[in-house]
Amino acid sequence: MNKVTFDQLQETLYVEELSNGLKVYVLPKQGFHKTFATFTTKYGSIDNHFIPLNEEEALRVPDGIAHFLEHKLFEDEEGDVFQDFSKLGASANAFTSFTRTAYLFSSTMNVEKNLDTLLNFVQHPYFTEESVDKEKGIIEQEIKMYEDNPDWQNFFGLLKALYKNHPVSIDIAGTVESINKTTKDLLYTCYHTFYHPSNMVLFVVGNVDPNEILNQVRKNQADKSFADQKEITRYVEDEPAEVREKKVVIPMPVNTGKCLVGIKERTPNKQGKELLKHELSLQLLLEMMFGQSSENYQTLYGEGLIDDSFSFDFTAEHGFGFSVIGGDSSEPEKLADRIEELLSNFKQKRLEEDVIERIRKKKIGYFLKAMNSPEYIANQFTRYKFNDMDLFEVIPTLESLTKEDLTETMKSHFDLDTQISKCLVVKEEGLRA
Amino acid sequence: MEQEQVVHYQVGPVRVHVIPSTTFKTNTIVIQMNAPLQKETVTKRSILPSVLQTGTKDYPTRQHIRSALEELYGASLSGDVAKKGEQQIISFRMDLANEKFLKDSEPLMDRGLKLLSSVFLHPKISNKQFDSKMLDEEKRTHRQKISSVYDDKMRFANKRLTEEMCEDEPFGLHVLGYEEDLEAIDGSNLYEYYQQALVEDQIDLYVMGDVKVDDLKKMIEKYFPLQSAAPEDNVSTENKFFQEKEKNEVIEEQSVQQGKLHIGYRTNVTYGDDDYFALQLFNGLFGGFSHSKLFINVREKASLAYYAASRVESHKGLLIVMSGIQSSKYDQATKIIFEQMEEMKQGKFTDADLDQTKAVYKNQVLETMDVPRGRIELEYHNQLASKAVPINEWLQKIDQVTKEEIIKVAQKIQLDTVYFLKGKEEAANE
Repeated sequence: MNKVTFDQLQETLYVEELSNGLKVYVLPKQGFHKTFATFTTKYGSIDNHFIPLNEEEALRVPDGIAHFLEHKLFEDEEGDVFQDFSKLGASANAFTSFTRTAYLFSSTMNVEKNLDTLLNFVQHPYFTEESVDKEKGIIEQEIKMYEDNPDWQNFFGLLKALYKNHPVSIDIAGTVESINKTTKDLLYTCYHTFYHPSNMVLFVVGNVDPNEILNQVRKNQADKSFADQKEITRYVEDEPAEVREKKVVIPMPVNTGKCLVGIKERTPNKQGKELLKHELSLQLLLEMMFGQSSENYQTLYGEGLIDDSFSFDFTAEHGFGFSVIGGDSSEPEKLADRIEELLSNFKQKRLEEDVIERIRKKKIGYFLKAMNSPEYIANQFTRYKFNDMDLFEVIPTLESLTKEDLTETMKSHFDLDTQISKCLVVKEEGLRA
Repeated sequence: MEQEQVVHYQVGPVRVHVIPSTTFKTNTIVIQMNAPLQKETVTKRSILPSVLQTGTKDYPTRQHIRSALEELYGASLSGDVAKKGEQQIISFRMDLANEKFLKDSEPLMDRGLKLLSSVFLHPKISNKQFDSKMLDEEKRTHRQKISSVYDDKMRFANKRLTEEMCEDEPFGLHVLGYEEDLEAIDGSNLYEYYQQALVEDQIDLYVMGDVKVDDLKKMIEKYFPLQSAAPEDNVSTENKFFQEKEKNEVIEEQSVQQGKLHIGYRTNVTYGDDDYFALQLFNGLFGGFSHSKLFINVREKASLAYYAASRVESHKGLLIVMSGIQSSKYDQATKIIFEQMEEMKQGKFTDADLDQTKAVYKNQVLETMDVPRGRIELEYHNQLASKAVPINEWLQKIDQVTKEEIIKVAQKIQLDTVYFLKGKEEAANE
């Protein structure tokens, strides 16, 4: 077991990689009532094309299957695993993202038993044709719920405009059509390929004794046998550097329009320290350009184009990355054009040192606040780890960024000739035929 | 239950509550202003928090305020309004980094309180008016906020249910107010109302974090020198809610993919009542948690929905059921939901179900206390209730609830209104 201390943050992280390849992290947090644990596989909605375990040929699986699998793992021979948690006062949940599937619980008592339940149910798949069919109705309603959600439609509309082939533009839950192609056997194939301990991370944060937790996890894992597994072969179709479409318009039953402007990364292959630096640089830049203290924010607000739903973000993983800027607007088209103009103007200007310092302080403060949240720590640490980054390097990296770093990132990322797309949600006129 | 001791004192008319804790990396300040929910004032109150953030005497524009917050290591400041029963609460919340975790240890609490005081008590005013240009901008975004409720169909259905159900009660008012009343607001009448609210509202100020109680008291006396006398406790508005009436069914149509079914019940129980915890456990068994009757029967057994849940409006005495279903399954879904309610009234749940619900509910309470804003919210419940239950007695109270008490509370629950927002085109698709 390794112990890593972070003096400034006054946190200590305990780390161990077990012989089966599972990486375990424990962060004790005194004063908290609850313990929060996530058990995460590096497997998400984009992993739809791969070589199944012990096979030779690549397989293309139906869209939404990682998410379907997440739903079905909660069922075993005895029934619903949620019940095992809630009987012990814990609340369990799970989520599927583009690149991860995470299973989690939080509890203020019986942590040891709940942790065993978490490890055991995720490592014990049990699917039947009947239960798979039954789940289709539930997931269908989940999909319909998102179809009515204008923000979600706006976001995926933008991703579809940005990406031509990359599966990041496919809705995480799939479509009603694709989930109906899901079978018990396909679920097992995905499970066996992606749920090997060597592809997973366990993170426990809360009022716990790290030695006890690690002993328990070692023992739990030693009682199970896993065949060694080679590196997983995943395929992603070639993606052009440029965006697929400049503009997409989606009519929906809304009173207020919505607008998102996206900037697609040209070469999204950064990992580790390089990615961390890049990601934080872009977050600082976006904050400087469009944050509430910026000239641009005042301008757009004064022009009546934005309200406090206006926001921005940059995300990147291996294989894709994009900035997103936008929000609710009575004139979404005009807002999209103005954002593009303001981006273009900003690129011409020199960055101001005092603004950089102020925004740097803001990001440091926000990171401290996030450190209050066991959920944030466990989820983000895992995401960072899967991209070979370290969450605890955020503050030192923020402190190290120079004006030159930021200028360079700004010039390379915001290429408005080929890398920008806009997606608008507009009030639908009358009924669709 | 491990729990920090709360220190209460009065600074002028402001009730101050300090919760010392070293658990967090930030310190949290919350101001709550409480007044009765009324049609005449609901819109003015709802726009005030954003108007106050557009400029102050010392920080004349939003940009100045935001820059100052950033300089304080990204202090966050937000303001909003909420309904608690028949009361409308204006809240300001600020989170400040604890300088202990920063390289340069400049003290942030004093500067944070000063900035908050500037926003809260010293707005930019000329001729006893808010700046009309700023106000117009806020009126525009507020109008947009009101009309955008329609775009989030779950929120919209909830708003419609409340309007239908509580038509003649203050609770039926929408917390964001009304577009037509927004028109009549100008810089001078809003400023007048703001002055009035500072005098008449009950103001509570909470601080949770790594603070020295005495130093903090001096800062609060310095930055929040409100002069008026403490107002009468206006919180115990009687709940004159229930009149026997016919079950009301409202069905509306929009071009949505999923129908939104919202059902409102009267519980005849509010926070502070003896059977309040029995009601919470009722809710847990009925629709509050993933082992509840609604989740199991509507979702797991019938595969009708992705979500089927219920929640309690503690200070109003309502129970709201929500589920997203295919529009054609309305009859089947309502039938199952009503059956579950009937089973609860007949006590068709086991002691094991009850134990499970107690465990999950207690867990939820403890988890809420791990978030500063959550902990402050729990404390504030007690300020609003006519009869307070100290937080450290909650767990015990929950444990003491018996099956009989839950059945008894179930008997008091009465169906009021069924609201269904259904899809328009589904018939054509099938």
